[in-house]
Amino acid sequence: MQIYSAGSSFEWFVAHLTQSCAADGLVSYCRDVITELTMLLGLNHPSNFNPYPVTLLTQTTLVLIGTVLLGITAGLVGTFAYLRRRALAGDVIAHAALPGLCMAFLLTQSRSIGVLLTGALITGVAGAFMMSLLRRVTRLREDAILGTVLSIAYGLGIALTRTIQNNYRNERGADLESFIIGRAATMLRSDVLQIAVAAIACGIVVLVVYKELKLLSFDESFCRVQGWPATGLDLLLMFLTAVTVIAGLPAVGVILTAALLIIPPAAARFWTDRLSLMMTISAGIGGVSGATGTLLSARMDQMPTGPLVVLTASALFVVSWMLAPNRGWLWNRDRSEKELAAAAAEILRSETSSRAEVKS
Amino acid sequence: MNASDSPEPILDIHDMTVAYDRRPVLWNVDLTICQPGLVAIVGPNGAGKSTLIRAVMGLIPVAGGRVTAWGKTVNEQRRRISYVPQRETVDWDFPINVLETVLMGTYGELGWFRRPKATHRQRAMECLNRVGMQEYAKRQIGQLSGGQQQRVFLARALVQDADLYFMDEPMAGVDAATERIVFELLKKLRDSGRTILVVHHDLRTVVEHFDEVVFLNVRVVASGPVATTFVPENLQATYGGRLSILDTMAEAVRLQQESE
Repeated sequence: MQIYSAGSSFEWFVAHLTQSCAADGLVSYCRDVITELTMLLGLNHPSNFNPYPVTLLTQTTLVLIGTVLLGITAGLVGTFAYLRRRALAGDVIAHAALPGLCMAFLLTQSRSIGVLLTGALITGVAGAFMMSLLRRVTRLREDAILGTVLSIAYGLGIALTRTIQNNYRNERGADLESFIIGRAATMLRSDVLQIAVAAIACGIVVLVVYKELKLLSFDESFCRVQGWPATGLDLLLMFLTAVTVIAGLPAVGVILTAALLIIPPAAARFWTDRLSLMMTISAGIGGVSGATGTLLSARMDQMPTGPLVVLTASALFVVSWMLAPNRGWLWNRDRSEKELAAAAAEILRSETSSRAEVKS
Repeated sequence: MNASDSPEPILDIHDMTVAYDRRPVLWNVDLTICQPGLVAIVGPNGAGKSTLIRAVMGLIPVAGGRVTAWGKTVNEQRRRISYVPQRETVDWDFPINVLETVLMGTYGELGWFRRPKATHRQRAMECLNRVGMQEYAKRQIGQLSGGQQQRVFLARALVQDADLYFMDEPMAGVDAATERIVFELLKKLRDSGRTILVVHHDLRTVVEHFDEVVFLNVRVVASGPVATTFVPENLQATYGGRLSILDTMAEAVRLQQESE
């Protein structure tokens, strides 16, 4: 096993694969690929090297499944949040969740993710309601209200996390600060399961009420006139947004979890003019970002998951913005020049003809 | 316009008041429509024309009053009522094509969770055909001209196959071709026994196209058949001194420029 510590692991990886390919044939090759993948994922330490696929269901793989599901759901829910122009509400919910998380811990002394996230959900939703209440009572502008609620909640949350950190210094699980930027690797098996269930449930609900949410997002007046409970549907969407955001907290963190709701649909919008396709692409981008972020953070020492997930999503956004047909930058740069040239030619032609008329 | 003619008028608005910030936008509006027909709602800017139909449809809270359609509340008659909102109220960059937009008219009868089927698509295509938009079915709605967008909205209302239509400024900023198509369509609807209330801004076309007219300026100034109601006294009472010959001409010039 000393081979693992010697030389560049990548060189070794390639050399080993070529060797095994030549020597043992396809079966051995496949087994080795699986082994190498588990190594790459950081699932397996050389000391407990186990060349069987069963190792794949270890901590990181499970976390990986969790973040992929989360990314997919965020992509689906986010599409409607984006189209309803409610994407920033997700950010408020995420920040308002932090005090609830801390209070849940202080009240119950429990470290179960279910308890903590329930607390988070309560204050998160309360934050969202505070927002709509302030809008009605103060009639301040939307951005002022968003900023106010978000920063008050976040300030309160940071103060509470610090207090907890100081009082429960040496206790495992009191590390609530990992919720701020997200650390998927610290999630327990049961945590991941609960988060995955919440994500799947939200995803299914979105797909079931797809038609209704589509109508609400496009034309709320028409939705009401047809007799749909538009306010109820709006609350449902808000609730789904809240659950998605809260489920994302352990992996992506308070500060960045809303980005997972905004960036994938914004990137997907470049590729298509169809809502169903936009949701599919958005879910795909969300899933890939979740996976890549988790894998990278597992490979990098002390690197939190949240920023890596968001950076992956942003990279995909930039690619979409640049390359997408019709709406992409490259496409339009070309087209707008041509259109400009055509318009200029048109103006010149009409000017000369009107001058000719004046002369005659 | 006499409520006693029929036991169940198509639309009965009684004593309706709507206020924004305690400033009344509509005041004690009484309006009864007993005969199917084409009804124009006219009045100056800020007279509450759009507010009236939005309040009737339950889209904005009403400070007082009662609205019934065929003797029941609007909520109980939703399936028989359709609505064409103002074009500016939706995001035309929404990722949706023309056919899908028209299909939204069938959502009411589909109910929860059920998706449109081939028969609904066929009906939607027929309605697109009626507004002359069938070849645009696969277009994204943002790629249409203003008049075409208006016709898509109209097709969406048609697919609902309602008995009472509310239309908010369907002729605002549309091209001449669209205006002609829309008026022909409205007449066909009227001839098949439907009632259409249209918020209208172009006084010159009222006499030619409409059966009844409602003059609105916060209150109902006058309402009734065009022949007896569309008279200078009522115009004067609704628009005050603002409706001079010069204004009418300025309006005509503006419309001409818009259509160019």
